[in-house]
Amino acid sequence: MVLAALEVETFTRPRSPRRVLPGFGLTLGYTMVYLSLLVLIPLSAVFVRSLGSGWGHFFAAVSAPRVAASLRLSFGASLLAALINVVFGLIVAWVLVRYTFPFKRLVDAMVDLPFALPTAVAGIALTALYAPNGWLGTGLASLGVTVAFTPLGIVVALTFVGLPFVVRTLQPVLEDLDTEVEQAAATLGASALQCFVRVVLPALWPALLTGFALAFARAVGEYGSVIFIAGNMPMKSEIAPLLIVTKLEQYDYAGATAIAVVMLILSFGIMLGINALQHWAVSRHGGR
Amino acid sequence: MAAAEARGAPRRRRVGRTVLIAAALLFLGLFLLMPLLVVFIQALSRGVGTYLAAIFDPMAWAAVKLTLEVAAIAVPLNLLFGVAAAWAIAKFDFRGKSALVTLIDLPFAVSPVIAGLIFILLFGAHGWFGGVLRAHHIRVVFAVPGIVLATLFVTFPFIARELIPVMQAQGRDDEETALSLGASGWQTFWRVTLPNIRWGLMYGVLLCNARAMGEFGAVSVVSGHVRGLTNTMPLHVEILYNEYNYTAAFAVASLLALLALLTLAGKSFLEWRQPELRHAALAARDRTRRENT
Repeated sequence: MVLAALEVETFTRPRSPRRVLPGFGLTLGYTMVYLSLLVLIPLSAVFVRSLGSGWGHFFAAVSAPRVAASLRLSFGASLLAALINVVFGLIVAWVLVRYTFPFKRLVDAMVDLPFALPTAVAGIALTALYAPNGWLGTGLASLGVTVAFTPLGIVVALTFVGLPFVVRTLQPVLEDLDTEVEQAAATLGASALQCFVRVVLPALWPALLTGFALAFARAVGEYGSVIFIAGNMPMKSEIAPLLIVTKLEQYDYAGATAIAVVMLILSFGIMLGINALQHWAVSRHGGR
Repeated sequence: MAAAEARGAPRRRRVGRTVLIAAALLFLGLFLLMPLLVVFIQALSRGVGTYLAAIFDPMAWAAVKLTLEVAAIAVPLNLLFGVAAAWAIAKFDFRGKSALVTLIDLPFAVSPVIAGLIFILLFGAHGWFGGVLRAHHIRVVFAVPGIVLATLFVTFPFIARELIPVMQAQGRDDEETALSLGASGWQTFWRVTLPNIRWGLMYGVLLCNARAMGEFGAVSVVSGHVRGLTNTMPLHVEILYNEYNYTAAFAVASLLALLALLTLAGKSFLEWRQPELRHAALAARDRTRRENT
C-alpha cells in the first residue's frame, strides 16, 4: 500500500520539480541582470560617491542647518500626513467594507486616484484649491488659516499622495474579519465603542501599521505634488527632495548625494521594518 | 432601563453609521473629488477655444509625443522583465526568493528625485561614465535616454509585482501537463501560461503605463527641460504653470487627468473580470514569505 503510493508519487512527481519546467536559468538570469543593471548598480553609485568625498564632508553636508531643516520637515510632515491617513483611511475602509450607500463602487474606485493621477497635476490642482483666492483658500483665509505656501500645504499634498495605502491594506483584512465575534461581544453587552476597541482594533493593528509605513515611506520621497503648494522657502517650507534638486542645479553633487544617502538609509530602514512587521503578522496569524 | 438601552442601541448604530459614511465621503470629496474637478474647471475657465488652442499648441504636442514614446519603450521592457521574474519566482523554488521579491520592490522605497540623481551620478558630465560618453558624443542625461532610464527605474516593480501572485495562484500543473503531452517550452508559455495570466498582465501594464506617462520627479531631474525636445507632459505642465500660463497648464493637466480616469476605469474593469487582482500585490509578499518559512 505504502509502496504503491510511493510509486505513484515518484511517477507523477519527479524528484526535483525545478527540472520539469524549462527556463529557470534563463528567466532568473535575466531577472538578476536586469535588476542589477537598472536598480542595484545605479543605487550603489549614490553610496560609493558619498563615501568617495569622505566622512567629514558627508557629516558637514548633512548637518548644515538648511539640510537638517529640510530633513526634519520632510519626515515631520510625512509623519503627520500618514497619521491623518491612518485615521481617515480606517474610516473610509470601514465604510466601504461594512456599509452600503449610493455610488459605493464609484467611490471605491476613486480611492486609487492618487496612484493614477500624475503628481504634478495633483500639485497644481491642490494649489489652485488652497491658494488664498482658491475655492477652499478663500474660506480658510477668513478663518485665519493659510494652507498654500506653508508647511500645512505640504501636509495636505502628502495626505493626498498617501491616501490609498491605508485604505487598500485595511480592506482585505476587514473583509476577512468574522462579524460573529463582534455580534457575540455585542450580545454580551459590549457597547459599539468597546466592541471596536477590544475586538476589531486588535485584529487590524498589523494592517494599520503596514498602511501607515507605506504611506509614510511614499510621502518622505514625494516631490511633484509638494513643490507647487509648498512655497519652497529655505528653512521653512523646503522639503529634502527639493533641496537635492536645488543642489544638483548648483552642481553641488556631493551635497545632493549626502542628502540622498540619509533619505535612502531611513527609507530602507522603514521598508525593512514593514517586512519584519508583516513577517511577524503572518507568523502570528498563520497568514490571512 | 435595560429595555430602553436595547431599544436605543439600533438607533445609536444607525446614527454612528451615518456619521461614519458622512465623514468618509467628506474626506474623499475634499481630497479626491475637488482636486480632480478643479483641473477641468480651470482648464475650461476661458472657454473651449482657449482650451483647444492650448492642447494643440506645437510645444504641448511635442510633449505628448515624447511622453508616448517614453512609455512605448519603458512599458514593454518592464513587461519582459515582469514576465521573466514572475516565471522564475512563481514556478520554481530556490534560495533567496523572498529577498529577491523585496529587491524588486526597492524602487518603490526610493524618492523619484533620487531615482533621477543616480543616473546623473552615472552618466552626467562628472559621472562614472561621463567621460566615455562625451568621447563618443552620446548624450544620456538631459536627453531622451536619461528620461527613459529614469522612467524604467520608477516603473520597474509594477508588472512583476502584479504577475508574481497571479502566476503563483495558477501553480505549475497546467504547464507540466502541456509539457508531458509533448509541447515545447515556448509552446507551453504562449498557449498555456499566457492565456492564464492575461488579465493580470493587462493590469500590470495599465498601472505601469499610468506611472510611466505621469512620472514627474525622476524625469524632471534628468530632463534638462529643453522645450520641444526633452519635455514630457508633466514637465510641460510645470513650465506653463511657472510662466503663470495657468489655463494652458491646466489644459495639458486635464489630458493627464483623463488618462488617470481611464486607468481607473480599466482597473475596475479588470478587477471585475478577475476579483483576485484587487489585492494581488499585497498577497504576493505574504505568500512568498509563507512558502519560504
